[in-house]
Amino acid sequence: MHVEQISIFLENKAGRLEEVTSILSEAGVNIRALSLADTSDFGVLRLIVDDNGKAEDVLKSKGFTVGKTEVVAVEVQDKPGGLSKILSLLHKSDINVEYMYAFVRQSGNNAVMIFRFDHIDAAIKLLKNGGITVIDGSKVYAM
Amino acid sequence: MIYDIEFETMPREALEAIQLRRLQTTLEHVYATVPFYHKQFEKAGITPGDIKSLDDLKRIPFTTKQDLRDNYPFGMFAVPMDNVVRIHASSGTTGQPTVVGYTARDINMWAKLMARALTAGGASRGDIIHNAYGYGLFTGGLGTHYGAEKLGASVIPVSGGNTKRQIIIMKDFGPTILTATPSYALYLAEVAEDMGVDFTDLKFKFGIFGAEPWSENMRHEIERKLNIIAVDIYGLSEVMGPGVAIECHEAKQGLHIFEDHFIPEVIDPDTGEVLPDGETGELVFTSITKEAFPVIRYRTRDITSLNKEPCICGRTLIRMNRVSGRTDDMLIIRGVNVFPSQIESVLMEIDEVEPHYQLVVEREGKLDTLTVLVEVGERLFSDEVKVLQNLEKRISNNIKEYLGVSAQVKLVEPKVIARSQGKAVRVIDKRKI
Repeated sequence: MHVEQISIFLENKAGRLEEVTSILSEAGVNIRALSLADTSDFGVLRLIVDDNGKAEDVLKSKGFTVGKTEVVAVEVQDKPGGLSKILSLLHKSDINVEYMYAFVRQSGNNAVMIFRFDHIDAAIKLLKNGGITVIDGSKVYAM
Repeated sequence: MIYDIEFETMPREALEAIQLRRLQTTLEHVYATVPFYHKQFEKAGITPGDIKSLDDLKRIPFTTKQDLRDNYPFGMFAVPMDNVVRIHASSGTTGQPTVVGYTARDINMWAKLMARALTAGGASRGDIIHNAYGYGLFTGGLGTHYGAEKLGASVIPVSGGNTKRQIIIMKDFGPTILTATPSYALYLAEVAEDMGVDFTDLKFKFGIFGAEPWSENMRHEIERKLNIIAVDIYGLSEVMGPGVAIECHEAKQGLHIFEDHFIPEVIDPDTGEVLPDGETGELVFTSITKEAFPVIRYRTRDITSLNKEPCICGRTLIRMNRVSGRTDDMLIIRGVNVFPSQIESVLMEIDEVEPHYQLVVEREGKLDTLTVLVEVGERLFSDEVKVLQNLEKRISNNIKEYLGVSAQVKLVEPKVIARSQGKAVRVIDKRKI
């Protein structure tokens, strides 16, 4: 049920993001979802791609610092209250969301969101028991 | 004005006779009381009795900062601890400070020399001295303080920091003399401007600045912005503290060394050979009146040259030119000595950090700033921004705690720090001083 995300350390300077995307494009890696968290000096780019191994290799060979993290892809009903329902479920059980971002593609009529939890397995169990659809990694990479 | 007419304007032959007598007494003293110096004489195959002229001084081996460190903390003291009334310390490369001690007579002698220095810098009885040098283990604050009291001036022991309050004190107390590091003086000017306080409305006449390298350009800027006459003061805790040498405000061309207490030499830092006056090399000091912590041929690592020409102020004391650099990699940031290796040991205490770092020193605005660039390797990296920010904060706090200097820590991508011939460039000093 885990989804593998790669993250890249970027300094806040012009052209760095473009460099990452062009390296991935040359390697034929497709970006499925992306989020960039930044401070005044640096940023952390998080990516879900169709080929993690390849993406990691090409980025490292170009000198980038690449990390890997397990995240969770969750279906969110595309209507008012959809996200709120999930968050309140987590909140009640004291599971922290470190960060989250939206997936580009939809799963059927539902939106897909990527969550980074402090306790990933407890979160997955809780969501499933709460009737929320958690999407498997293999499906996510191919979406 | 000259505080001590007799000694400061003494004919050179008479001065040299006093120097020789005092030197011989000091050498006998350290030979008998400090094992390190005893061994140094043995190593050179001489005894104090062999030093029959000032020229013979060069037969004695040098003393280095490492020697002081090897004898940490009190191994170089030449009197029993019962006679030591004060201890100061300065930072060293491995986080181990250099410790110096003073007898009551040393403190009194220091106060007198600082009174001379303050007088040369324009101060006299009746002046109010705003002393913004830091008080504490650093010799700047207390050294200046005792000199000001000895002179009979009124001293405001304001120390460093709390700059807005300092401006208010300047407005309300009307100090006439400012003592501070040159970069802090410029910072005071900037804060005063922000607060709508104009230095031309204040009562300052003279400023005595030291404890870090500065330049003629900076002097002009300080004089213009603070509406004062600015002079350079020199000292280091190993030799005494501030007041080893001072510019006279009349000439402002080189710093008069108080040679009746300290014998200066300039040497070739590579060969150790003594250079003739006027040639540039490493400054070496021998103290000839100190009791608790005499230093014999102590290598300061400061680069300068000496000048015996008579000065318009009337002093016959030799002058050293402005210190133009260092023979080691020590940085002086806002009066604090920082060695890159100290930063490295702070970084290495944190497991995830790899030894790829660089120090960037700038004079941005008016204060020296230290930025530590740290490369983000895989072990350090996290997908969570807050983890990285906490790490920056932790490094910065540790540097502040261990070295006493504020540093901004900036994480950079790997391989950003230039490696020249396999060896990283550790320091980029962008200060235009």
